[in-house]
Amino acid sequence: MYASRWYDRATMWWTFFQISINERLVYRLDFVIGTLMRFLPTMTQIFLWWAIFDSISTPGSADSVAGPDGEIAGFSFGDMIAYYLLVIISRAFSSMPGLTTGIANQVRNGEVKKFLIQPVDMLGCLLVQRIAHKLVYYLIASLPFALVFWMAGSFFVNGWPPADVTFVFVVSLLLSFLLGFYLEACIGLISFWFLEVTSLTFIYMLLTFLLSGHMFPLELLPARPIDLRGFVEFLPFQYLAYFPAAVFLGKVQGPGMWNGLATEVIWVLTFMLLSRVLWKRGIKRYSGFGG
Amino acid sequence: MPESIISQMSIIEIKNLTKSYRVYQKQEGMMASIRGLFRREYREVHAVRDISLNVEPGEFVAFLGPNGAGKTTTLKLLSGVINPDSGACQVMGYVPWERENEYRRRFALVMGQKNQLWWDLPAAESFRLNQHIYAVPVVDFNRTRDELCDMLDVTHLLGQPVRELSLGERMKMELIAALLHSPDVLFLDEPTIGLDVVAQHKIQQFLKAYQEDRKSTIVLTSHYMKDIQALCQRVIIIAQGAIYHDGSLDEIVDRFSGDKIVTLQIGGPDEAFEGLRALPNVIEVEPPRIKFRVGRDDVAKTLSDILSTHAVEDIVVEDPPLEEVIAKVFTDAQDAKSLGEFGTSAAEAR
Repeated sequence: MYASRWYDRATMWWTFFQISINERLVYRLDFVIGTLMRFLPTMTQIFLWWAIFDSISTPGSADSVAGPDGEIAGFSFGDMIAYYLLVIISRAFSSMPGLTTGIANQVRNGEVKKFLIQPVDMLGCLLVQRIAHKLVYYLIASLPFALVFWMAGSFFVNGWPPADVTFVFVVSLLLSFLLGFYLEACIGLISFWFLEVTSLTFIYMLLTFLLSGHMFPLELLPARPIDLRGFVEFLPFQYLAYFPAAVFLGKVQGPGMWNGLATEVIWVLTFMLLSRVLWKRGIKRYSGFGG
Repeated sequence: MPESIISQMSIIEIKNLTKSYRVYQKQEGMMASIRGLFRREYREVHAVRDISLNVEPGEFVAFLGPNGAGKTTTLKLLSGVINPDSGACQVMGYVPWERENEYRRRFALVMGQKNQLWWDLPAAESFRLNQHIYAVPVVDFNRTRDELCDMLDVTHLLGQPVRELSLGERMKMELIAALLHSPDVLFLDEPTIGLDVVAQHKIQQFLKAYQEDRKSTIVLTSHYMKDIQALCQRVIIIAQGAIYHDGSLDEIVDRFSGDKIVTLQIGGPDEAFEGLRALPNVIEVEPPRIKFRVGRDDVAKTLSDILSTHAVEDIVVEDPPLEEVIAKVFTDAQDAKSLGEFGTSAAEAR
């Protein structure tokens, strides 16, 4: 009896997964274009750092920012380029375009009722759907990604990292997917209380840009007068972009690396739990307020 | 709960169900908007007041009422989307707003305007997903789907993305999606809204045939008297959140309309016809025919008077059109409300 029920649920999610993939493939052209556009902002950042490193290596210029070997905050030019390319990968896992606004819209226009009426879980649906979308994305994006990384191979000065580092890198990427999902799901679920969450989404986006390492490596954050560098260690954002890249490049090593991974797990569990609580409270409020 | 117990009691039991909610009152103008930032004014809407009713298995019941009367709120309560302020309700022995999966597998709610199909995919995909959501065995699923598609004549559209279907076709697909798990209880909120006459008729026919075949219990809300006339033995008129009438359609006409409409066709000279124009409550004169309204009790006397003085070729005596009666009922309900018959309403704006 229970076995068959598990089997039913499993086939349901599997069907949902297939259908999500089919749905995504309807818009494949839109997807290909979106994938290629992802590289554009990174290109401008690379040119910027090119100019910066160029100027600090020029004799006679003020070299106070640069370290002894033309490094900035421990990053050589090659490291910097490699970092930005790796951050694209992190973000390919952790960014969730449309998740918050999607949830908010469903709450506002009443589509969320479906999940009260049918015996199916909304967060589960969104997660499976997101996995499907990401897989389709990787499928399409793998070719341009491979091309860019092959061209930029010389910037990865240390080559491919050892097995344990590779392992942590891969696991931290998978966790960053879950973290991004549950974090944004939580923000979306706030729409049960405030119908409009656009401004919250905007704040979240800004914070992620600055504090996740999306814009620049977190090593560049100041330690004085306010210890921003130390502060981000207590926030979940760095796991969305910085952490996997830093692990790959050997910027976080040994016990620090494993501690980071454990902290990431805790953050994932925290937001997983929080999203459940918000959902429970949210629908309670929703059904109290006339649907 | 064992089937035997359920079959002995009403399939739907509602007792003193009450639900009100607050809506934000926004005044016109910018100053009012700014004031609204600091102090919000709310108005209490009594969507459902103290409703009690029972529905027996196999009944086809209509909720009828003007916009905002509480029909949809009642359906939402029954399907567990919202919970009440007070009162009790059981459907098949379950309390809807506890939202147990066992309950949710046994009913369906179709909201005319809301779309539960996947927009970009063929309906067949949505159906397949529903099969698994409700864990319908594949044999049953195939049989039910083919039967329903056949009845609604949409088999050839199964492979087309839903967004390319017409409104009527989409509504048919919505219905099929809702019925694939053979729900024991079906709630339909405005199933024919916005559809053309042909599609409306088709869906009426389908619902009628489906209900006769499966003996399922169906509760429907609608504005269209045609829907209700074609389908429901029992009509519950809801106005201002309360039940105003519960009975058959014929009873409504008997209870709320004291008039009959008489149409006469007069033979003979025109002068004789002219005399009839003086009758009270003439609706339409189109020689040699005249149509007029007569109090129910006066029909016999009026007719015999006319028959004795005129050469009448044809007589039709009928009830006034249902729309007209219902409109009157709604207005009466409104008046009754303003007289305070519904209790707390005077203190509504707070």
